[in-house]
Amino acid sequence: MNTVFDKPHALTDVPFHYCPGCTHGIVHRLVAEVMDELGIEGKTVGIASVGCSVFSYNYFNCDMVQAAHGRAPAVATGVKRAKPENVVFTYQGDGDLAAIGTAETVHAATRGENITIIFINNAIYGMTGGQMAPTSLVGQITQTTPYGRKVETQGYPIRVCEMLSTLEGAAYLERVSVDDVKNIKNAKKAIKKAFEYQIAGKGFALVEVLSTCPTNWGMSPVEALDWLRTNLKEHYPLGVYKDKEAEINE
Amino acid sequence: MEKLLMKGNEAIAEAAIRAGCRHFYGYPITPQTEVSAYMSKKMPKVGGLFLQSESEVAAINMVYGSAAAGVRTMTSSSSPGISLKAEGISYIAGADLPCVILNIVRGGPGLGGIQPAQSDYFQATKGGGHGDYHLVVLAPSSIQECVDLTFEAFDIADTYRLPVMIMGDGMLGQMMEPVVFGDHKGRELPSKDWACNGTQLKREHNIVNSLYIDPQVLEDTVLARQKKYDYILENEVKYETDSVEDADIVLVAYGTIGRVAKNAMLKARAEGIKVGLVRPITLWPFPSKALNDIASTAKAFISVEMSMGQMVEDVRLAVNGKAPVYFTGRTGGIIPQPTEILAKIKEVSGGIK
Repeated sequence: MNTVFDKPHALTDVPFHYCPGCTHGIVHRLVAEVMDELGIEGKTVGIASVGCSVFSYNYFNCDMVQAAHGRAPAVATGVKRAKPENVVFTYQGDGDLAAIGTAETVHAATRGENITIIFINNAIYGMTGGQMAPTSLVGQITQTTPYGRKVETQGYPIRVCEMLSTLEGAAYLERVSVDDVKNIKNAKKAIKKAFEYQIAGKGFALVEVLSTCPTNWGMSPVEALDWLRTNLKEHYPLGVYKDKEAEINE
Repeated sequence: MEKLLMKGNEAIAEAAIRAGCRHFYGYPITPQTEVSAYMSKKMPKVGGLFLQSESEVAAINMVYGSAAAGVRTMTSSSSPGISLKAEGISYIAGADLPCVILNIVRGGPGLGGIQPAQSDYFQATKGGGHGDYHLVVLAPSSIQECVDLTFEAFDIADTYRLPVMIMGDGMLGQMMEPVVFGDHKGRELPSKDWACNGTQLKREHNIVNSLYIDPQVLEDTVLARQKKYDYILENEVKYETDSVEDADIVLVAYGTIGRVAKNAMLKARAEGIKVGLVRPITLWPFPSKALNDIASTAKAFISVEMSMGQMVEDVRLAVNGKAPVYFTGRTGGIIPQPTEILAKIKEVSGGIK
């Protein structure tokens, strides 16, 4: 009998703890499939961040380093600069990357650190029970914005890909989504490209993945996917925000 | 052997490089910026890396990453910057990673001053960062000792898998003295098979981590780490004594003040007062047993510090009521003069039988 479908080798046998409908499961799988296809599991070091994905060190089969909240890009810098032959990636949520870790994110990008960042943007803080994230939309109801995010009090959300695209050090930035099969396939392509950029020594690569959080959005998984399509995609347009290789070829 | 006249900050940087450190992450802050400046010039020449990070927070996390990858790595800062590193230091300790952190202490709290101080003793020896952990804290009092203890720091870090702090002060950082680098006879070190540097698909994946959600597992981890600390308490205490055998009054002082106190001791002896000196070289582990033994014959102790009195509490604990323990010192970045210390000695001497 032929095996036509299997768990990627780069994922361990530990069952995920994620909520039903959480898109972390999809993205973990995409990252692991890419590791398998590129044959890099043996030389990859992943940096786990703090958020719902904090236990990702138990889910990926490569060496994993747990970082403090927001510090993953600095930790990744420390690993990559010590072992440039290793492939180093971080896996971070919106609080980790764009709130407490903003400085580390911006400076890793502007230094052109040759790392790959997988950025899960679900516009909310999942692990701690649904507080406002820097990417939460104006009017969005969260635990800490129970009357909806107000511009006068909480200001505006951050568009990470757009912001980082102003930095010369950033080599590849793309925003994708995982809300349907077509988008998932495209997301995988982007993640693969982000790893390939690192392997080719092309510099800093980040993929922003629009994701759902049914539990904290207070919706069913299917409703959450709809909400992503109607609301998140409008504010965070999908697309390539930086591609140094493409620019060179023009 | 060649004698070089070097400034403390630069001597420590050179010693680190000779100890095999090839990854240094730093951020400018007075009075230790010369460490980064020296590293930025020297590291490229030896195939190493100096990276100026965006903050002290980033620097300690870069150290965490390089340490996790299995290399000798170091950062340096001064008091306010060390406060910023507190989180990272706790994580490094909790993940049992080796590294060296240099603190060239300046006046505090807050933005404080840029002159020498010893007001980070509590921060260094009682935690600084959150949770149950300890740093080995080394306190040099000459530039030569700065160099020797830098070699030691890396060895201790690698032997026990923990962060080691070298506690200097603004005086040591800035002053110049002759140093000899010599051949350092290093310890035999365990292999770093726990490091995260790629499984090569030949072993189980390594995880560098400090999160243990199950409280029993976390307790077990902390207890196991305590065994490490117990061994260090038994085997790594370092201190120097001077004239304590017949001393009535014993000064306890470290770092720059260790030398000032010695001058005060000599002045006192010249006036017929029997004074001795204990100079802790490891602030953690603290030379408690040595002090307790000396307390059997000494009549009083005076802790001399550039602070409001922090080490004095450990002296008191060590002496354990066998003799009175006093404190004298200056703060704000002021270095006490031998005459001031002598005045305190006389005051104490007048009061003891």
